[in-house]
Amino acid sequence: MNVLMQRRRERLDRLAAAGGERDGQSLLAEAVTRLRRNPVAMTGAAIIVVFVLVAVFAPVLAPHGAEESFDALRAGLRPDSIPGPQPGFPLGSDQNGRDELSRLILASQQTLLVGVLATLFGLVAGVLIGVLAGAFGGWVDTVLMRLTDVLLSFPSLLLAISIAALAAKASQTTVIIAVAVVSVPVFARLLRGAMLAQRSSDYVVAATALGIRRRHIVLRHMLPNAIGPVIVQATLVLASSILDAAALSFLGLGDADPGRAEWGLMLANAQTYLDVRPELAFYPAVAIILVALGFTLLGEALREALDPKSRR
Amino acid sequence: MLRFLVRRLIQVIPTLLLLSLLVFAWLRSLPGGPAGALLGDKATPEKIAELNHILGLDQPIWTQYLRFLGRALVGNFGNSLITGDSVLAEIGRALPATAELSVAAMVLAVGLGVPLGYLAATQRGRALDSATIVATLVGVAVPVFFLGYLLKAFFAVKLGWLPPSGRESTGLDATRVTGFAVLDGLLTREFDASADAFRHLILPAVVLGTIPLAVIVRITRASVLDVLDSDFIRTARAKGLAPSTVRGRHVLRNALLPVSTTIGLQTGLLLAGAVLTEKVFVWGGIGTLLADGISRHDYPRLQALLLLGALIYVVVNLLVDVSYAIIDPRVRLS
Amino acid sequence: MRSVLAALTAGLVLASLVSCAASQREGGGGTQDTFVFGVAGAPKNFDPIFNDDGESFRPQRQMLETLISYKPGTAELEPGLATAWTPSDGGKTWTFALRQGVKFHDGTPFDAAAVCANFDRWFNMPGAAAQSQMIYYGDVFEGFAHNEGDTQGQPVYKDCQASDPNTAVLHLNRFKGAFPGAFGLTSLSISSPAALKQYNADQVTQSGDSFSYSAYANEHPTGTGPYKFGGFDKANNTITLLRNDDYWGDKAKTAKLIFKIIPDENARKQELRAGTIDGYDYPSPADLTSLRGDGFQILARKPFNILYLGINQKNNPALKDLRVRQALAYGINRDALVRNKMPEGSVVPANVMPEAVAGYAPDAEAYPYDPTKAKALLAAAGASNLTVNFYYPTEVTRPYMPNPTDIFSVIAEDLKQIGVTVNPVPEPWNGGYKDDVQKAGKQDLHLLGWTGDYNDPGNFIGTFFGRPKAEFGFDTPALFDELSAADATVDPAAHASAYQQVNRDIMAKFLPAVPLSSSPAFIVVNKDVHGLIPSPLTNEEFGPVSKSPAS
Repeated sequence: MNVLMQRRRERLDRLAAAGGERDGQSLLAEAVTRLRRNPVAMTGAAIIVVFVLVAVFAPVLAPHGAEESFDALRAGLRPDSIPGPQPGFPLGSDQNGRDELSRLILASQQTLLVGVLATLFGLVAGVLIGVLAGAFGGWVDTVLMRLTDVLLSFPSLLLAISIAALAAKASQTTVIIAVAVVSVPVFARLLRGAMLAQRSSDYVVAATALGIRRRHIVLRHMLPNAIGPVIVQATLVLASSILDAAALSFLGLGDADPGRAEWGLMLANAQTYLDVRPELAFYPAVAIILVALGFTLLGEALREALDPKSRR
Repeated sequence: MLRFLVRRLIQVIPTLLLLSLLVFAWLRSLPGGPAGALLGDKATPEKIAELNHILGLDQPIWTQYLRFLGRALVGNFGNSLITGDSVLAEIGRALPATAELSVAAMVLAVGLGVPLGYLAATQRGRALDSATIVATLVGVAVPVFFLGYLLKAFFAVKLGWLPPSGRESTGLDATRVTGFAVLDGLLTREFDASADAFRHLILPAVVLGTIPLAVIVRITRASVLDVLDSDFIRTARAKGLAPSTVRGRHVLRNALLPVSTTIGLQTGLLLAGAVLTEKVFVWGGIGTLLADGISRHDYPRLQALLLLGALIYVVVNLLVDVSYAIIDPRVRLS
Repeated sequence: MRSVLAALTAGLVLASLVSCAASQREGGGGTQDTFVFGVAGAPKNFDPIFNDDGESFRPQRQMLETLISYKPGTAELEPGLATAWTPSDGGKTWTFALRQGVKFHDGTPFDAAAVCANFDRWFNMPGAAAQSQMIYYGDVFEGFAHNEGDTQGQPVYKDCQASDPNTAVLHLNRFKGAFPGAFGLTSLSISSPAALKQYNADQVTQSGDSFSYSAYANEHPTGTGPYKFGGFDKANNTITLLRNDDYWGDKAKTAKLIFKIIPDENARKQELRAGTIDGYDYPSPADLTSLRGDGFQILARKPFNILYLGINQKNNPALKDLRVRQALAYGINRDALVRNKMPEGSVVPANVMPEAVAGYAPDAEAYPYDPTKAKALLAAAGASNLTVNFYYPTEVTRPYMPNPTDIFSVIAEDLKQIGVTVNPVPEPWNGGYKDDVQKAGKQDLHLLGWTGDYNDPGNFIGTFFGRPKAEFGFDTPALFDELSAADATVDPAAHASAYQQVNRDIMAKFLPAVPLSSSPAFIVVNKDVHGLIPSPLTNEEFGPVSKSPAS
């Protein structure tokens, strides 16, 4: 057996086992109560709340459109000089005479969209695989887990880069798919572990003895109880998805539509103007770091709260 | 042990074949082609079509694949379309560059990460511990390329302390022996070349080492905490052993096992980080070859690189397994 | 663990020792006698006939010379290896009086026999692989003794005779407007026939998906120029050229000329600031002000290129209507585009070619920015709700097109203002863009440009509009005939005025493309560098370049 994949697997299985025989939701509730007193978790949560609010209300918050250019800004725009803050444009112009503040705000939607969609796709595919493997065991389990193990042992960013680079045409969709594929094995492994942990639990044994249909047991009882570890993992996957998507954009593997406001793309475009207006690189970079940090802080704190090993 | 190694290597062959076929077919189904990379701006569509015909790129993919396989078996991976140089020679030059960078990053991450993680664990709950944890979380959240530009702008451009990019200063004319610039300088006693290479190495290594560093600190801290809480340490303390003996003999030795696995895991991940880091620091390594090859459809180079990547991946995994078996006698190779 | 710590400590001590050793020997690089120039890409090889890109030409031009040369800083012809050239027989015979006392780097004499040997070598080049690499030769001379590739052109070249050692007479099958300008093309540089033979120069072999070139092309380029080949260190990405002490003209000022290949623009800038290179080509327009502020010299090449908005009339019937194409021209604020996105010194040209080319018509139909008029024209043509597929390239910068994505988005925003719906189609330059735009003609609108090779309108508008092309999707014999008549005019003054009329007609009657800008390309060098004269043809000579001591 390969040690590298084994390590990553063990970590996921341990988290999965956190659900154990207990009701996943109550476990989560308990963890959340404990988190309230954890400043790290609360900082993370606060960042996420602000970010989500900004993204949801972006069209209201942003003073202008993402693609609109303004004569007031274009008047002073040169290849080697980009107008700074001025009345009506608190953060000044971007490289094409558009309002930088509006683009920064509107970009939060793209980031949230890519992060959530990629995580969701990864989650759905992963859950499907995990449930199949965990619920049925046997050869289904063996085959599916062998496959996920192989994916799991690849460096995730390299895998995402390869998938995105091999797409015929770079687009938002290819980025989401590339980032999602990377998280599929993570969720699959997690779900399978959680399922296995419950398969031998008293209530499942009892339900099976009572002759309740397998599908019913899996969907109504086993799956909901696995929800705790999944949420923890999803929080962490969101952070890495946002970072991975930004890296893909930076490498020119994302959607190149210049009208689109997206932090990774804005950061990449700002490289040309590092001498002229470094702020153009600074703003989106800080935004990416903050959001990724928010999800990481909350996710790690959640994991620690759930992990039986660190609960002492 | 030997039998295990041979069996593992033989198992790899069909995987490699399948992988190469997939990559090959995928690559060649993409729009555009090498003729664009081979000819300049003035080439007309007719010229490009003619070139594709001469190169046999208009033949069915399986024909092309068989020809590729035939050549690859005798070690001929062709010439790069971008540089016209033999792909193997290119990789031979780039590999030491990437290896040197990765080793430097890993030395940094381990050399700093293990002591820091240990310290944080012994100071559990105090200011140093909290600061370390927050720092590691931030470290993981900062995009590699952004950190690279930041450090470069500050230390190389603003302060001028370190060179901004490349592996050695222009016109230095250092003698090459192994391709590892720092080592070469020591071997040939060109100490200035060695120092020059070392200075070039610092910033990229710091950037590439950041994420492994953060991860190693956290793993070390967690596993030291585990060991500290365990019964046998309490027993050792109760026995009245000197604290330094307890730390050295018992805590570290037992805590290092998971750490060593993490180090192996992170070494594999370094390759991914290297692509971005090499781009920022114009480090002429495998990452640069790969990035340029992708953007310019350099088929021969990409094919060789992907096969090489698969091979390296397999070997690294094998090495980690073997080393794990050596560190932990409970693990058996099967 | 202790041993690990010990090893680490030892490593650190060693490292610090090493850095101490360095401080004693520092300051070795960057001497007066070496000029180090940062360039963006590696040359394919060093035999000019098999190359067609600027990065390959740059080192070749320092080592090999052409019959006709250009006055430094202009596109005007001046004597090169030939001191005089005379057309006769309606431009079908060219007589070159050759410079005397010139020797190749291998010591063999340069004479009429050597010139004819070169022309004969090109004409008789064997093998489809070799012929397919001779882009410029194919463009100018159209065919070979035996056409082995797919192109089956009738050769323009007939023969070359050495009537005496100092006179070469070139016979052509027909006149082309490209002459005499094309004799200055770097691809047509004169090599030593002895060296060509010794190092099997014609050997271009296919190796897998690529080509292998001869020892001549890789290691032994032998010309008459001010520099000789020193070596190409692929590990360190440096090309070293050495002074030719037997050069016939002014000897090179520096003993060593090094081209350092640094593909990343920011890295080139940082190396200049760090002092490891003396200058570099193609600084980003965004960096000009700050570089100047740091005391570096910015040298601007006169614009000799064109960026245009191509219009494909085939897919969208509305674009067949001249009024719609005119509306697009009126509807784009080209002055603002150039001011906002193109480097200083860029202009909006009145023709689809730069002002510096003979035959430019400044009085052609101008189309100043007028969104109201644009909307009116669209309405008149019944195309008020026009929708266009606008193709633009990614993963590329060209001197005429520093940032295609930004240029696209500025134009697209203008087009939206006049009610045109723009459907953006970005494609990688080498990953489909050129194929889709030039071969398949899938676009309605697209961005493309061209850098001139020699001073003749045929090199611009003749190449663009001289025959039916998928890129523009029109088949207008009237325009094709007008262009070929102008090209066939031998007298230089009549040649130019014929092309002026074509330019006026293109802008007023045909408008197959909207000229967007002609922009300078830049070089940046340290303040102590002298003698580098920027050339509109990117034909810079490094021989006269010197570095004065920093005072």
